[in-house]
Amino acid sequence: MDTAIEVQGLRRSYTGRGSESSYEAVRGLDFSVRQGEVFALLGTNGAGKTSTVELLEGLAPPTSGQIRILGLDPFHERAVVRPWIGIMLQEGGLPSELTALETARMWAGCTTDARPPEEALALVGLEGRADVRAKQLSGGERRRLDFALALTGRPRVLFLDEPTTGLDPQARRTTWELVKSLRDEGTTIVLTTHYLEEAEALADRLAIMTEGRITVSGTPEEVMAARPSRIRFLLPPGLAPAQLPLSLPAAVHDRQVEIRTQDLQTTLTELLLWARAQGVVLEALDARSASLEEVFLEIAGEQNEWKRHAAAVQGGEAA
Amino acid sequence: MSTTRSERPERTVGPSQRATAVISAASLRRMRALARAELTLLVRSRTALWVALLMPLMMVLATYSATEEMDLSEAGLSQGEAVLTGGVGMVLLVVIYLNLVPALVTRREERVLKRLRTGEIADSEILMGAALPTVTVALVQCLVLVVAGTALLDVSAPGSPIVLLAGIALGVVVLVLLAVLTAGLTKTVDSSQITTTPMLLVCAVGSGLFIPLEIFPDAITEICRALPLTAPVELIRHGWIGGLDGTEVASAGALSLAWVVAGVFAVRRWFRWDPRQ
Repeated sequence: MDTAIEVQGLRRSYTGRGSESSYEAVRGLDFSVRQGEVFALLGTNGAGKTSTVELLEGLAPPTSGQIRILGLDPFHERAVVRPWIGIMLQEGGLPSELTALETARMWAGCTTDARPPEEALALVGLEGRADVRAKQLSGGERRRLDFALALTGRPRVLFLDEPTTGLDPQARRTTWELVKSLRDEGTTIVLTTHYLEEAEALADRLAIMTEGRITVSGTPEEVMAARPSRIRFLLPPGLAPAQLPLSLPAAVHDRQVEIRTQDLQTTLTELLLWARAQGVVLEALDARSASLEEVFLEIAGEQNEWKRHAAAVQGGEAA
Repeated sequence: MSTTRSERPERTVGPSQRATAVISAASLRRMRALARAELTLLVRSRTALWVALLMPLMMVLATYSATEEMDLSEAGLSQGEAVLTGGVGMVLLVVIYLNLVPALVTRREERVLKRLRTGEIADSEILMGAALPTVTVALVQCLVLVVAGTALLDVSAPGSPIVLLAGIALGVVVLVLLAVLTAGLTKTVDSSQITTTPMLLVCAVGSGLFIPLEIFPDAITEICRALPLTAPVELIRHGWIGGLDGTEVASAGALSLAWVVAGVFAVRRWFRWDPRQ
């Protein structure tokens, strides 16, 4: 399968007014996105998602590193790349006094081989709101109008920066369906999102960013499989932690027992057989594979812990 | 894995063609689409309509009453001549400068400029497309002034229309550039009423719109001659009534072009596309 996006050694620094205040938001990214794939970029606020996407979109040149979109440099060959890509920014950009249709018409006039404005509105389910001015549209409707603009040029590569933020659950589902059908037609989609279930539902592959780097990447299944599953239950009254089967690596806090395992089925079987043999009831028993959310929180947590550690070390040195 | 450069059908002019066609058909189409939207926005804003249609009329009438008491013999102009030639400059100044600054600030703060830059339209096309409606409104009013003045105020028809048109064209470009630069310095739409005042006063008083420059002391006249709008206004006046020799026309043209070059440089360097707030 062909590569739509190729990124090597990507870095982006912002230099402030003073020479001291330079800040590196993107710290060496390497990844590629195949054609017809949905690639999700996850991360906490300030992880560098938007900074990265802006570079891919050609809105700014990278400080160093290389980007190829359909084989071209998105910044220096902008005029050639733009007709092939569609972009939805994180925030608005709609003139408040223009109606949805007028806005779509303006955008179509600025676009090569454009869909008719009415068709673009219908794609996102806004045909009934064509004559409403942007300022009177709801937040979610404005987001969908923005999406319609991104689709106007029938893009081969689509960049969606938090496309469903502010949408109600119904509209979010509709957007998901649209993303899936675009993917099925062969559109390559780069998506950033806060919603982990969105990445789980849409992404063929994903990458989690922390502090300007990709910490984990792969298919959602790969990412989740790399983390242990977990079993929780309350320690049966009258049993000491030492009486639990030794083969199970259990952590006990008060009565709460937690077991982490790479092989959920075997571990769970062993635990349940032990419980039957002992004749005890495992209260609040709960067993689950790692969810994307857990993976994400764990990575964010590690990062915070590492930061605290670094701060403590620095504090120690200073004292 | 290979990329798909070869498979991709050609959608735009290639880089080599692009260099030869300065303004392509696609470029015109984009500017027209943006100008249409911008015109809709102009018509929907009561303030913008007021500034575009009534204010220039009031300013020209103000010039008329201001020159009534004035001794214009030193400038060699009749009252009608002074009012009408200054009036053309005044219309350009008020309609273009005072409308374009708040329009650009509004688009920037609503992130419209940032959004447009994600599309195919080029930066220069965005600015030209946004300026097109007000420039057109200003030019129509100039035409009305020339026709009405010739018919009603006993002023002769323009003597060298080409110089008159060149003066108007240079005035338009200089004012659009000044408006773009002022918008770059303006934080909010409200503050544009303040940020536009200095340039408005400097141009109105110092570039011979209200009062011919010859009435000032010589030293001040010389400073005023270097101002961005003065040379275009001199060309407009000469193109209509005459009064400059060939060298003076050439140097006024050269000075205007110098301002245009400086303005383009400054816009590329300092214009802000992203919101300030």
